[in-house]
Amino acid sequence: MSGSRERVLARVRAALADVPRDEAPQDVAVPRDYSPAHDRGEAAELLVDRLEDYKALVHRTSPEGLAGDIARALARRGTHRVAAPADAPADWFGSTEVEVVRDGGLDIAGLDGMDGVVTGCAAAIAETGTIVLDAGEAQGRRALTLIPDYHLCVVRGDQIVAGVPQALPRLDPRRPLTWISGPSATSDIELDRVEGVHGPRTLEVMIVD
Amino acid sequence: MSPHRSTGRAPGAQPSSGERAAGHATFMGMPPFPEAAKSAVEDSQMRHNLRLATGTIRGKREAVVSELDDWPDLRQAGKAIKDRTLRHLDTYLEQLEEAVTAAGGTVHWAADADEANEIVTGLVQATGESDVVKVKSMATQEIELNEALAQAGITAYETDLAELIVQLSDDLPSHILVPAIHRNRAEIREIFRDRMASWGVPAPEELSDDPRALAEAARVHLRERFLNTKVAISGANFAVADTGSMVVLESEGNGRMCLTLPQTLISVVGIEKIVPTWSDLEVFLQLLPRSSTGERMNPYTSTWTGVTPGDGPQEFHVVLLDNGRTDVLADTVGRQALRCIRCSACLNTCPVYERTGGHAYGSVYPGPIGAILTPQLRGTASETEASLPYASSLCGACYEVCPVAIDIPEVLVHLREEVVARPGHRAEKAAMGAAGWLLNGEHRLDTAQRAASAARSLVPRRMPGPASAWTDTRDIPEVPEESFRSWWRREGAAEAPEHTGDGGDEDAQEGGRR
Repeated sequence: MSGSRERVLARVRAALADVPRDEAPQDVAVPRDYSPAHDRGEAAELLVDRLEDYKALVHRTSPEGLAGDIARALARRGTHRVAAPADAPADWFGSTEVEVVRDGGLDIAGLDGMDGVVTGCAAAIAETGTIVLDAGEAQGRRALTLIPDYHLCVVRGDQIVAGVPQALPRLDPRRPLTWISGPSATSDIELDRVEGVHGPRTLEVMIVD
Repeated sequence: MSPHRSTGRAPGAQPSSGERAAGHATFMGMPPFPEAAKSAVEDSQMRHNLRLATGTIRGKREAVVSELDDWPDLRQAGKAIKDRTLRHLDTYLEQLEEAVTAAGGTVHWAADADEANEIVTGLVQATGESDVVKVKSMATQEIELNEALAQAGITAYETDLAELIVQLSDDLPSHILVPAIHRNRAEIREIFRDRMASWGVPAPEELSDDPRALAEAARVHLRERFLNTKVAISGANFAVADTGSMVVLESEGNGRMCLTLPQTLISVVGIEKIVPTWSDLEVFLQLLPRSSTGERMNPYTSTWTGVTPGDGPQEFHVVLLDNGRTDVLADTVGRQALRCIRCSACLNTCPVYERTGGHAYGSVYPGPIGAILTPQLRGTASETEASLPYASSLCGACYEVCPVAIDIPEVLVHLREEVVARPGHRAEKAAMGAAGWLLNGEHRLDTAQRAASAARSLVPRRMPGPASAWTDTRDIPEVPEESFRSWWRREGAAEAPEHTGDGGDEDAQEGGRR
């Protein structure tokens, strides 16, 4: 409706009659006196604390210990079949007995039949306990980490940043992003937080230092 | 069907045949604030539910806000970014349109609600589908999209837990963030047990009122719907002009389901939702979660830019909605209301909202922000809208907690001037009615005074707006710890003195200060 486009824009311009014609957007000062980072100590430690606050399961491990820890987590969970992005490193699954199904266009029913999903991430924000997925390396498309009820996410130490302002420059807005802070939750009943609604009800995180 | 169902139908009532799709509660024809507030204040269950919920959220918000020593700086930045956007909104709208289009999305413009509903209905019809799933969205509630879709034979399924509760019980939303905040767990269990079956998967026989069990029932009820529906409708918390990205914050994962699994996604976005640049999100992603749910970050935030081949909806439409926003923009005092990021902190802290609940405001935007937004979006010609600027004691707590520093008391005073300047007695009647409602009820005045005493540390040193001329040269008197009325009663007076009131609209507090 191009008529409406012109109508709305004309109304906007008429409403802004008080704004001087030669004023540019940059002429409206934006004071950015807020902190680029809040000093809250060691980032990985803080990330663990925040994730646990959201009732996520968190482990710290080493590159050598990762495969064993993944195997133990999948066994503890009682999984038989888990999904993984096509490009997830093979050595993550070097120790597990569980069947790992590489995503090559699984349909929704196929994804719904999985006991869980194992992925990496694009970045993690310590202060807010947030993991960001950008559908890039070792993460797969969005549906992969949404439909299975259990998400095991591998976070490398160098992917952790202190706060939100450090995360944004690392992320490409052209990619679809999912920021995850703990398992799905709701506060809709008496504003009491309950973990586990439509998204994965269990989030387990392996931090590899 | 009566439009005056301010507290909804009794949970046990059965829908009549055909009512499920056609019957929709609406705010149309709601009585003005004083009348609606009177019946709401008499609903003690609702007041109890509200007090509990707002008390919880206030505590959580305060804890996570006080954790950031640069909160005032973030607030100033948020305010300034929004001011920059609003003063150059035409530039940013065109920039957004270009970026969305370049990323494979389609941009539509809607001057009013009818036009937006027509556009969305047409887009859904073009897919050949008759069911849509919805992410909670204030803009689509404002334009009553579900009702418009129903008339075209399209059923919109709300998927946010609170929206689901409201939809199943044919109720009205009473809070921006938690639309079913007026319902407690026992009522929700009744609603689920009685109504889920007529909308899809029924609730389990032995459903308890444990919030965990209720959340599980919602998961089971909606699961198949998510996995099979081909069209989704959302709003957006932010639309980024320089990249064309949309941002949706949520908690349950219903948003991710709707934004990811369907083939077609339609987002209805108010023209004021724009932020200029991607990096501006660093401010709002800190301000919004802490202000709204009192969390350091909400569980899920999704951002997307146009269409991504092989991932998510392959058809994406944005409907840019005016519907009165340019009228708000034209008012240089009232314009600041468009900074609002819909966090609802002002509702949770407002002593009037806590007592009246959201329905009394006659709009999807209740509480202090609703009291300034609704009359500006819809004009003050009718009694409901004319009474809203009086639905406040001007205590200033809303301004204190607002993450983008909207001076709500200033706009309220400004709108009161506009209302009384109107010829005819309708507006005056509404104005006096609101003051009278507060002053004529002994109990109400008493609670208002106690609220003023409790909030006295929040009383501003200066009055906002035109009253500032008075306070520029005088100090506002301290609100005493105890009001005269309370002292009188404690000292054993047989009867509290009759309060005559002098018609001043700030009497809710001034009474306590005398």
